[in-house]
Amino acid sequence: MSSINVSLGEVAGALALVAVAVAVSLWRRAQLESDLGVAVLRSFVQLTAVGYVIQAIFDSESLWLVAALLAVMVGVGTWTARSRAKKVPNVTVPIAIALGVAAAATVGLVVALGVFDAKARYLVPVGGMVIGNAMTAAAVALNRLADEVESQARTIEATLALGATARQATDALAARSLRSGMIPVIDQTKTTGLVAFPGAMVGMLLAGAEPIDAVRLQLVLLWVLMGSVALSAVISTSLGYRGFFTPAHQLKESVEPEV
Amino acid sequence: MFKLDSVTAQRGDRVVLREVSIDIGGGATAIVGPSGAGKSTLLRLLNRLADPVAGTVRFGGRDVRDLDVLGLRRDVVLVPQVPAPLPGTVATNVAYGPSLRGDTTDVDRWLELAGLDSSYGPRDAARLSVGEQQRLMLARALALEPDALLLDEPTASLDEDARTGVELTLVELHATLGVALVLVTHDRGQAARLTTRTLELRDGRVRG
Repeated sequence: MSSINVSLGEVAGALALVAVAVAVSLWRRAQLESDLGVAVLRSFVQLTAVGYVIQAIFDSESLWLVAALLAVMVGVGTWTARSRAKKVPNVTVPIAIALGVAAAATVGLVVALGVFDAKARYLVPVGGMVIGNAMTAAAVALNRLADEVESQARTIEATLALGATARQATDALAARSLRSGMIPVIDQTKTTGLVAFPGAMVGMLLAGAEPIDAVRLQLVLLWVLMGSVALSAVISTSLGYRGFFTPAHQLKESVEPEV
Repeated sequence: MFKLDSVTAQRGDRVVLREVSIDIGGGATAIVGPSGAGKSTLLRLLNRLADPVAGTVRFGGRDVRDLDVLGLRRDVVLVPQVPAPLPGTVATNVAYGPSLRGDTTDVDRWLELAGLDSSYGPRDAARLSVGEQQRLMLARALALEPDALLLDEPTASLDEDARTGVELTLVELHATLGVALVLVTHDRGQAARLTTRTLELRDGRVRG
């Protein structure tokens, strides 16, 4: 596969499209100009910094550094998902475990199966994508779980009153939450190529790869994502529901139904 | 059957029961009082859906915190104020409690005791009238063959005919099965019709 070089001048050229966005905002008085400015600046600084970090890791070829970078990504992903699922009590550890296991299991599996070599060049982007999607799936699933527990508090308590454990009382809710977390990636996989070209494929085509190679790599990534998203959603909901209950299988006061 | 010693309970920052000490026997007992007096909270302490912040609740002479909580809830079953059927048929709902222990049960028997005939079994629980759902809650509780039924305003959402029917059923159940009843109600007439002893809660304390 040939590689492409993009000069800073070419990057700057793309700012013309940002100018279009600013113009639209000014014209329609959307007051998004400062947000657009911050977004452009942050994307430049963050991606450039990450680019140098990744370059350094690629150069070192150290799998320890790869693991450390993925661990940082799991940490940032946990922090982000936690802020989106803040209605779930004590949710940090469940999310961290969900993202950590999803990343380790899927990256480990694709290496073990020989899909990718155990090299930084493959593990960093694949791991990053897996963690990003696992984070979204965990946040969506946990958010849904919180809404379900809140709206179904009476049924949950009535079920506990029959001698059900907290887990038994939330089984159906957890299944619905799991579905919410997984459906976006399933839909994305179903419509891929018809509604939109996924990022990796676009990147490879732009970089000059043969279309059929780009397609194969994209298929691998989409299917890997299905597994990682499933793991993340099932682990985060299976552990996250406990936050709503005391050890004596009582709904915590914050979600108790009115009496 | 139940003994409360200096029990204080809160909901949020609000104290709803203040150092309540009472005995509740194996017969039929009513707890009456105005809204917000702490009646439902007291009921929830008896099967540990909630715990007091101070004091002790005993069932059969033992602190409920020393008992297996799931076992306690099968012996002391709460019938909720607002019917809360599980998704599925009437039969699924009645069989749910025993199924948690891997047991099967005679669904028709419990339906009949609760005043519903066996034709209700295959019906969708969510499509029953509120009165029928309240009877389903009763059948579902009875299927666990409990020692005590905790009834939280069991007829509050029913019209007069349905209320009379459910009351008659409760009297029959108490007489035939010997199950203890602890009834929370704001209706003193109902308390007199269904129970032999009435405790009054006011401002979190027991009166009379």
